[in-house]
Amino acid sequence: MSGIIAQNTLDGSGLIKSPEGGGAWNFIKKLTASGDADLSFVDGTDDVVLDSTYKTYVFTFNNIHPETDNGILQFNLSIDGGSNYNVAKTTTAFRSYHDEGGSSTGFEYTAANDLAQGTGPQMIIPVIGADNDQSGSGSLHLFNPSSTTFVKHFMSRSTFAQSSEYTETCYVGGYGNTTSAVDAIQFSMDSDNIDAGDICLYGIST
Amino acid sequence: MSGIISQNVGRTSGLVKAVAAGGGVWTLIKTLTASADSDLSFVDGTDDVVLDSTYPIYVFKFINIHPESVYVFTFQGSTDTGSSYGVEATTTFFKSQQTEAGASAGVSYDTSMDQEQSTAFIYSGRPLAADNDASISGTLTIFNPSSTTFVKHYMYSNQIMGTYCQNAFGAGYFNTTSAIDAFQFKMQTDNIDAGKIKLYGIGDS
Repeated sequence: MSGIIAQNTLDGSGLIKSPEGGGAWNFIKKLTASGDADLSFVDGTDDVVLDSTYKTYVFTFNNIHPETDNGILQFNLSIDGGSNYNVAKTTTAFRSYHDEGGSSTGFEYTAANDLAQGTGPQMIIPVIGADNDQSGSGSLHLFNPSSTTFVKHFMSRSTFAQSSEYTETCYVGGYGNTTSAVDAIQFSMDSDNIDAGDICLYGIST
Repeated sequence: MSGIISQNVGRTSGLVKAVAAGGGVWTLIKTLTASADSDLSFVDGTDDVVLDSTYPIYVFKFINIHPESVYVFTFQGSTDTGSSYGVEATTTFFKSQQTEAGASAGVSYDTSMDQEQSTAFIYSGRPLAADNDASISGTLTIFNPSSTTFVKHYMYSNQIMGTYCQNAFGAGYFNTTSAIDAFQFKMQTDNIDAGKIKLYGIGDS
């Protein structure tokens, strides 16, 4: 490169040349909750890109705080631009936990958190405490949502503070059982609102 | 934005507007290379280290950390820019493992690797072998360390060559609402003989 573009290499402002397939994470959208019933990312709306531009998308959750104890952060997928969130999903889930008192530990499959062709929301961060310093954080990978050939695989990993003073880490994997393109995703709590927290969407260029 | 640049929002070719942090969402902040060091420390504001509200998520990558002797690789945080490392933490831990001889295969919780409300250094997994070809590699993610509202969640996953081939998974929180502004990595005993630790910040704009 030469000229202005070359001078701006590694700069944080001005014009730069976009990465050409460097495997980079590309920031797309940040939504910040403030007593919201849901946070939705819809392709083509409010600068959201959720199409064939990227083969892998990553959502990060930072300090998701429920309005009430034991709030469950969950998500669902849409194939009609967010008109409906009801894609059938089959998932698997397991967790590891440990309490602050050191009296309880566990590593187990959590049947209560999986789905078998369910069209309802899929849990990704369960039973988050609502104390002021409690929250949940983690990430969700969504693979090739624009495919019209394959089902839509996803994986999440989260860590959070339970209301009963536990640390817990939860893993979920599964697929949206559709060959239609997934073009929107919605995050919500199982009851009440998302009191606070950020969800960011990134696209991974390959 | 307007004109060509606005048209290129979300594109992966042509000209785009640089992100605030410059150069991409993952920003390499610092690489430390061990050479028989007692510890490797990342302190906000020291030696070009950024560990504050600049990024909401920070990721440490461990690459072929090799011990002087057979001990556990550990880490801790600081709320006083590295004057002391000993933030109260509760951690949960499980692993999948097998020996090279094909014995002891399984996946299970490991109570010897977790801790509850302890200020001790946090175990990243079972002891490493000190063979020349043995090491630990993996990732530690810390969420919003600068928060003065929430406890500080972390997750790690490592691959270890020790008595076992072990894939280790841990998570927990530093039970403080003070900002975490430094991290220190060290072996349980003796030095870190070799290896690299890289610190990245993940931007959200």
